[in-house]
Amino acid sequence: MKAPYKFLIGAVAVAGTVGVLMANGIKDTGTYFLTPSELAAKVQSDPSFHSVGVKMGARVVHGSIERDVGTQTITFQVTDGTQIYPVVYRGLAPDTFTDDVDVVVEGRLDPDGTFRATSLLAKCGSRYETVPEA
Amino acid sequence: MTILGQLALWMALLVGAWGTFVGFYGGLTRRYELIASARRATYVLCGLAMVASAGLLVAIFKHDFNVAYVASYTSRDLPTVYLLSAFYGGQSGSLLFWLLVLTIFAALAQWLTSRKYDHLLPYVAGVTSAVTLFFVATMLFAANPFARLAFTPADGQGLNPQLQNPGMVVHPPMLYLGYISITIPFAFAVAALLSRRLDTGWLHAIRKWTIVSWLFLSIGITLGMWWAYVELGWGGYWAWDPVENASFLPWLTMTAFLHSVMIQEKRGMLKKWNMVLISLSFFLSIFGTFITRSGIISSVHSFAQSSVGYYFLGGLIFLVIAVAWLLYTRLPMLESESHLESMVSREASFLFNNLILVGIAFSVLWGTMFPVISEIVRGSQVTVGPPFFNQVNIPLGLALLALTGIGPLIAWRKASVGNLRRQFAVPVVLGGIAAAVLTAIGMGHFYSILTISLAVFVTATTRSRPDWVICVSVGLTTNCPSTKPHSGSPSSQRMGSVL
Repeated sequence: MKAPYKFLIGAVAVAGTVGVLMANGIKDTGTYFLTPSELAAKVQSDPSFHSVGVKMGARVVHGSIERDVGTQTITFQVTDGTQIYPVVYRGLAPDTFTDDVDVVVEGRLDPDGTFRATSLLAKCGSRYETVPEA
Repeated sequence: MTILGQLALWMALLVGAWGTFVGFYGGLTRRYELIASARRATYVLCGLAMVASAGLLVAIFKHDFNVAYVASYTSRDLPTVYLLSAFYGGQSGSLLFWLLVLTIFAALAQWLTSRKYDHLLPYVAGVTSAVTLFFVATMLFAANPFARLAFTPADGQGLNPQLQNPGMVVHPPMLYLGYISITIPFAFAVAALLSRRLDTGWLHAIRKWTIVSWLFLSIGITLGMWWAYVELGWGGYWAWDPVENASFLPWLTMTAFLHSVMIQEKRGMLKKWNMVLISLSFFLSIFGTFITRSGIISSVHSFAQSSVGYYFLGGLIFLVIAVAWLLYTRLPMLESESHLESMVSREASFLFNNLILVGIAFSVLWGTMFPVISEIVRGSQVTVGPPFFNQVNIPLGLALLALTGIGPLIAWRKASVGNLRRQFAVPVVLGGIAAAVLTAIGMGHFYSILTISLAVFVTATTRSRPDWVICVSVGLTTNCPSTKPHSGSPSSQRMGSVL
């Protein structure tokens, strides 16, 4: 068999490997990224959704942050304007985490309606710009 | 001064349009006065960009808070060095900085390129002027750095505290230099296609540019990793964040390009592929700006949600169509001069290197865009995080590591058994010993063992190419004489001359 054909087989093998790795990667690690309202709709139509890990992007409700230094637990509320969820997070919050910032929390929504976050990212006001007024 | 800066931008709009026109038209008609005019247009654009930049810098340093940009990103108590970096700290300023660097590069390309390539230069001027025009128009119509407020605040809002870090002084300029300098090789590629002069001439003309832009990209990315590491909340040195990925994508395709041009120069193969790679690199650098500027994908570093992103998307779509059409019409001129002769050859190892790099780029692009793709296809956003990228890229990266050892030493065309034994027997044995020792002392992690063994293998292969190491560290573009005649074909000289 000629080398170009052999190479073609090799190329297909490489492409196939990349494809399989990607497909598996997405199956194993894909996470829903939802707003509070979307999350509410999901759990309403499918209660088993409570056990699925999700990411939720929302804004911290002004004045809702309570820090318990002893247990390093932070509780706060997030909202997208319609749906509000209380969030419990244990760990260190980023410097930029404060009232009214956009955060991304990753974790599960308990059946009691509390979001238990395992990670907390604050989108820094690093939007180096303010959002233009619509 | 801002009046002057504003004026300079409007003039740049006109000169950019003129330069684009005479560049392409002059290249087509070969009329001397048009070609000379295109060249002068790039110099004038460079001067205008400098005036505009000076205008903004003066406004920043004089604390002219009536200028919206100055009020948004600086304050009276901001240290001088951050006043300077505030120049590119915000959206419209960063566009102006981009414009400045681009026009300097464009002028340098006209000034420094050997007269041997005179048939390409008018088209190069046309492409760089067109890109300049795009940036000027985006600034003037969507993000004007000189826009004024209706009132004058007593003090500005200051630079975001997270940006007040030494990283801010060095990381963005380096990354920008890398991103923007890709424009020049891309412009030469388009010039070669337009002029139908598709010999290796254009590759020689861009050799240094390619190396320089790859180098700056690498430095910029590495500095960014260091900065993200020291900044709490940015997820460590590499978090596969969309913005990080955006800088990584053109780096991957540029790395592939650096390798595959060697195959074209040496063997006349991969001509179409190289055109695709360099165009892709340029597209990805524009695409990266689109991601960071549009806020389409949520990121920790998300910069801005503004209409500027859509200018970039529009520009990008136009570019892709134009280049694809151009490439299609030139396909018959890009036939290979030789064919792959054996799977055990340097050509084949470089081809696999390219495939893997592009495979990594594709998977990173896919993972980065997956929230958007899944939203379109399935109606809800699904994100993939670091586990996805690690799962996919660790095996690919390890294959690449192995090729790092194989590629530079294996013979061209077809490696003989003798060549293989001479070059690889010792490294393979040493790598094997490393794996055995690591397993024996109880290291259980498969990928770790494999990584360290491969690293030993690759290190061992360098024993027979001290000339290669010296060439890289000393003269990037000089032809190094091969100090070891046995180190396989004219390969070592080739590495030196290409690197």
